[in-house]
Amino acid sequence: MQPTFSSSRILQPVQPWFIFFSLLVAVALNFLPTAHWPGVPDWVALVLCFWCVREFRRVGMGWAFLLGLLMDVADGAVLGQHCFAYVLLAYTAAALSRRILWFPLVQQALQILPLLVATQVLQALMRLAVGADFPGWGYFIGPVVATLLWIPATFILLLPQYRPVEQDPNRPI
Amino acid sequence: MAGIDHAPPPFFKQGPAPLALLTFYIAVSLAIFVVDLRFKSLDLLRQSIALVVDPVQRVAQTPGSLVDYAASYLQGMRGLQQENNELKHAQLTTAPNLQRLAQLEAENERLRKLLSVKEREKANGQVTQILYTARDPFSRKIIVDKGQQAGIVAGQPAIDETGVVGQVTRVFPFSAEVTLITDKDQVVPVQIVRSGQRSVVFGLGNGQLELRYMPANADIQIGDILVTSGLDGIYLPGFPVAKVVNIERDSAYSFARIFCVPIAGVENFGEVMVLDPRQPLPPAPPESIGRPGGSDKPGLGGKKKKTVAKTN
Repeated sequence: MQPTFSSSRILQPVQPWFIFFSLLVAVALNFLPTAHWPGVPDWVALVLCFWCVREFRRVGMGWAFLLGLLMDVADGAVLGQHCFAYVLLAYTAAALSRRILWFPLVQQALQILPLLVATQVLQALMRLAVGADFPGWGYFIGPVVATLLWIPATFILLLPQYRPVEQDPNRPI
Repeated sequence: MAGIDHAPPPFFKQGPAPLALLTFYIAVSLAIFVVDLRFKSLDLLRQSIALVVDPVQRVAQTPGSLVDYAASYLQGMRGLQQENNELKHAQLTTAPNLQRLAQLEAENERLRKLLSVKEREKANGQVTQILYTARDPFSRKIIVDKGQQAGIVAGQPAIDETGVVGQVTRVFPFSAEVTLITDKDQVVPVQIVRSGQRSVVFGLGNGQLELRYMPANADIQIGDILVTSGLDGIYLPGFPVAKVVNIERDSAYSFARIFCVPIAGVENFGEVMVLDPRQPLPPAPPESIGRPGGSDKPGLGGKKKKTVAKTN
């Protein structure tokens, strides 16, 4: 698979263990105490969205549901809140996958923004509808930051696939 | 484009249609959302997932606590000495009261026996360390480091050195979740120290509390201290809860709007004491027919209180 449509480079196929590992790292990042700072993105949503766009055959709504359940328990939120938002995110990302990958990275990020914002807004609506407290506008900065992180995230998460197919043991570097 | 891969895409075996899967997962998510919110019957699922998540979360909190530890280590001799002096001074000022407390309690017990009034319950509890605040931005909760293994059950009140902090609402094997009194619609039955009037105080969610359903001409002043009334069967009577800071009396409404701030450091980190559950109250006298739901406990209809009282 190519990084974008215009790129002439064909990447190596993704390793399933790397997808699993990156999602695990995202969960760990979400558990850090920095999560209370305004503007800290939802790492799981970002990485999940990335894999749903790139590899919609491997990472789908089942993964989204499980990760959502995990985040619900870890947050102490109502069960089902993250599940609902993540499942919808996974579905939309997979559905838009072919279109999103057509664009260069910056425009890809622009297309991701509404998905991530919707994930956050949906959760807020669900909780506000059942009488929770408004979390403040800082809660909605997270997805914007996550959108900016789409470009570095693409580079980091595609790194293992950039390796050359044939490795020359005699090469100096 | 997505098809340029080393393995060919599955042409014939593609599983259920995405839309069908989406409908299924959405239905399940909404179902568990409603069940968890209204019936609270998914605690076993939550506890079993927490068993896996909890250790990871504790490890993830380590960098933060290391920074805290380093900061306190580097705080310096001078600060510690000053704090030490202040503590000694505070101890001395409270000494006259504390030294006579044991004698007073014994005397109180004796007098109560003479009057054949039911004895006051003693407050015992376990000191717990606050691990971290729950990530959920919609509520105010903290996680403490003792759970089912230490015999903690949902409903136990938590206090710090100055007053009531909150109430245990969920218990996990090795940790427990304490909902702070400032959480939205968290209810504490209170009594005004000066006038002895009973009421209930509700959390507002913004760090303040509100004393609701007090008539506009109620005898209440700024600076009044509210303590737990003990009528609920959960909190022991007499623990300081909040202090009145603002009263809005508007003749358009039949109730005054009374705002309070918590006395305990509810947003602070450190240690809290989880008090043992109270002995069950004597059964309420039978109600007269035609007055359903009436009781002498005002305002215990708070949704959280009801569910917690059930588990206790």
